[in-house]
Amino acid sequence: MSWVSKTLNSTLGKKLLMALTGLFLILFLVVHLAGNLQLLLPDDGKAFNIYAETMASNPLIRVVGYLNFGFIALHAVYSAILTRNNKKSRPVGYAVTNASANSTWSSRNMGILGTLILIFILVHLRGFWYEFKFGEIPYVTYDGVTYKDGYTVVSTAYQNILYVIFYVVSMAVLAFHLSHGFASAFQTLGINHSKYTPFIKKLGLGFAIIVPALFALIPIVMFLQNS
Amino acid sequence: MNLTLKVWRQKNASDKGDFKTYKISGISADMSFLEMLDVLNEDLSDKGEDPVHFDHDCREGICGMCSLYINGQPHGPNQTTTCQLHMRSFKDGDTITIEPWRARAFPIVKDLVVDRSAFDRIIQSGGYVSVNTGGVPDANEIPIPKVIADEAFDSATCIACGACVAACKNASAMLFVSAKISQLALLPQGKVEKRGRAEKMVAQMDAEGFGACTNTGACSAECPKEIKQSNIARMNREYFTASVSTEKV
Repeated sequence: MSWVSKTLNSTLGKKLLMALTGLFLILFLVVHLAGNLQLLLPDDGKAFNIYAETMASNPLIRVVGYLNFGFIALHAVYSAILTRNNKKSRPVGYAVTNASANSTWSSRNMGILGTLILIFILVHLRGFWYEFKFGEIPYVTYDGVTYKDGYTVVSTAYQNILYVIFYVVSMAVLAFHLSHGFASAFQTLGINHSKYTPFIKKLGLGFAIIVPALFALIPIVMFLQNS
Repeated sequence: MNLTLKVWRQKNASDKGDFKTYKISGISADMSFLEMLDVLNEDLSDKGEDPVHFDHDCREGICGMCSLYINGQPHGPNQTTTCQLHMRSFKDGDTITIEPWRARAFPIVKDLVVDRSAFDRIIQSGGYVSVNTGGVPDANEIPIPKVIADEAFDSATCIACGACVAACKNASAMLFVSAKISQLALLPQGKVEKRGRAEKMVAQMDAEGFGACTNTGACSAECPKEIKQSNIARMNREYFTASVSTEKV
């Protein structure tokens, strides 16, 4: 076994992969949010549609996009492996546990939160990514150039209150996942210092509240605009 | 005080085991938890029953021998060892559930006694300084900054009781292993071998079947010696640095 696979197969190595993929996905959230907030601009989707087309046609972005899928898969697969091994480490559980005395609920339930997020991602990809790429969607023309009208697909989808509720609840789940995951990734990478760690923890909490809240704002605002 | 105890009874490693309920009376609030169990065992002996087996040694909070998962927390509700937990932390009429440490790497020997020799094997795999460091050096011959000395000492206070493993939802031993790696890596005598040590001790930790870390912090919150999470981060740094830098391919 080479030293690389030996390292990555150790419990610490598996955690390293979780941390690195997690941090990449955190970066992705920022980029994704910046793009999607254009849906709220009062231009009937012009900025968003042009942005979506630019992203889809840029080969570098497409490569990063597929990498992103790969990292989501890696993050999910390694969490499944780790969770299975962790369960095996305690074959007989306790009759009475008072876990809330020593740890937060989200830190103990990252697997459940992650599974819910994975379900959300699959629904989200089917609803938008697949529709944009392979579905029959309307076209619009700005300044003589034709674009796919993704904005209309999104705004139509968000007329369904159930869909909006699903998105908002999923973002709440994401918030809890991030509230532990953000700072935890740095700890796993070995970054723990009395100077930086309090800042990283605060930054993580702020990120976990602000980013999912802004994501959740999009379906809420678009629903209210249409009703 | 009158109490109801729900105690895990298990004849041996292969027995299935279950909870037995005992009523106990005349307990003083000033008794330690172990003294309370002594009273229970005297009662049981008088009745000709098998006393409850539990680990204990110094009863001063320094040896790490006592264990017990009490009402859902290792060493009970206070952040201390079970021998330093006093009955004043409970109320008259309470029901107290007492379980052994639960981990694949800590098999039950009998009742509440578990085999913690997995920790010994982790130490044997690298938790030492290979060469004889000689007699006590003259003061300040080897300069060590006070903060580093303090940090190493804090890590070295780990008594290897296993509360971290018991508290962790993954039965992970990382707080213990990281404390041992830290105390040696921080000081000049141990620093020389820190890379190889991290690799060997982590490998042994995995081989023993302990789980991975989810950074819940439960271990530090329950540790009677208040071993910090920063030790685990240091272990990760040492291990990853060792992986990419040691001579062994």
